[in-house]
Amino acid sequence: MNNDNLSTTFQAVADPTRRIILARLAHGEATVQELARPLPMSQPAVSKHLKVLERAGLIERRREAQRIWCRLQAKPLHDVAVWATEFQQYWDESFERLDDLLEKEKGNRQ
Amino acid sequence: MRVSQSTAKPAVITTPSDTEIHIVRTFEAPRDLVFRAYTDAKLLSQWMGPRKYKMTIEEMEVRPGGRWHFTHIDTDGTKYGFHGEFREIVRPERIVQTWNFEGMPGESLQTAVFQEHDGRTTVTSTVKFERKEHRDGMLASGMENGMNEGYDRLDELLRTTH
Repeated sequence: MNNDNLSTTFQAVADPTRRIILARLAHGEATVQELARPLPMSQPAVSKHLKVLERAGLIERRREAQRIWCRLQAKPLHDVAVWATEFQQYWDESFERLDDLLEKEKGNRQ
Repeated sequence: MRVSQSTAKPAVITTPSDTEIHIVRTFEAPRDLVFRAYTDAKLLSQWMGPRKYKMTIEEMEVRPGGRWHFTHIDTDGTKYGFHGEFREIVRPERIVQTWNFEGMPGESLQTAVFQEHDGRTTVTSTVKFERKEHRDGMLASGMENGMNEGYDRLDELLRTTH
C-alpha cells in the first residue's frame, strides 16, 4: 500500500462535510447542485471540498449538459479499510500468540 | 496449525475520543507474567505481530527515557520498522511509550494498563494520536461503532459504488 496515498485519503476524509458528500455519493452519482442543497454553505464552498476529494482520487467529476456530475471512486476507501483490517488482525493474531506463550510460561513455572 | 482456545476472543477496539483508539483484551494468566511478556524482549519477540512475520528487536531498554526498536520481516523480505521511547514503567501495572510506524504519518502515545482479577489479566491499551486526521482516517472505515460493524458498513458502501 502506498503510504502517501493513505495520508492523502486520511486528510480528505478528515472533514465532516466531505464525509457527508461521500456518504451521499455512495448512493449514486449526483450533480454539484444536488450535493450542495442540504449543506449549510455556498456552492463555491462545496466545490472546494469536491476539489479536495477529487485530488485525493475519492471522486470523479464529469460535465454533461451544463451540469457537473460527481461519482464516488472506491479504491482509496478500500485501501483505508485494508489498513484498518490489518490493524485488527495484527492485534488479534498477536494476542492469540500471547495466549499460547502465557500457557507455556505458566507450565514452565509449575 | 493452531488449535483454537475457548478463551481466545477478538480484541475489542473502540474510539473513546477524537484522537484515541482503545484496545482491550483479557488473558488467562496472572498480571506479572503478562507484564513480563510485554517487557522482556525474549518473550515479546515470540508473540508480537502476525505469525508469518519474523521479528527482530534491535533495542529494548525498559526504563523511562529508554528506546525501543523492532522490525517485522514479511515472507517476501519486506521490512516494517517500529520505534519509540518508554515514558513510564510501573511494574506490573502500567507502560507508557511513544510509537512510530516507520513510513506512516504521525507518532502515537500508547498507554497499556494491566489489571488482574481472578487470576486473569485485562490489558487496556490506549493509543493517542497526535492529530485528529490520523484517527479520522480510521473513523472513515467505521471504527466508531466497533471494527467489525465498521467493516460491514464499509463493505456495504463499497458494494453500492460498483
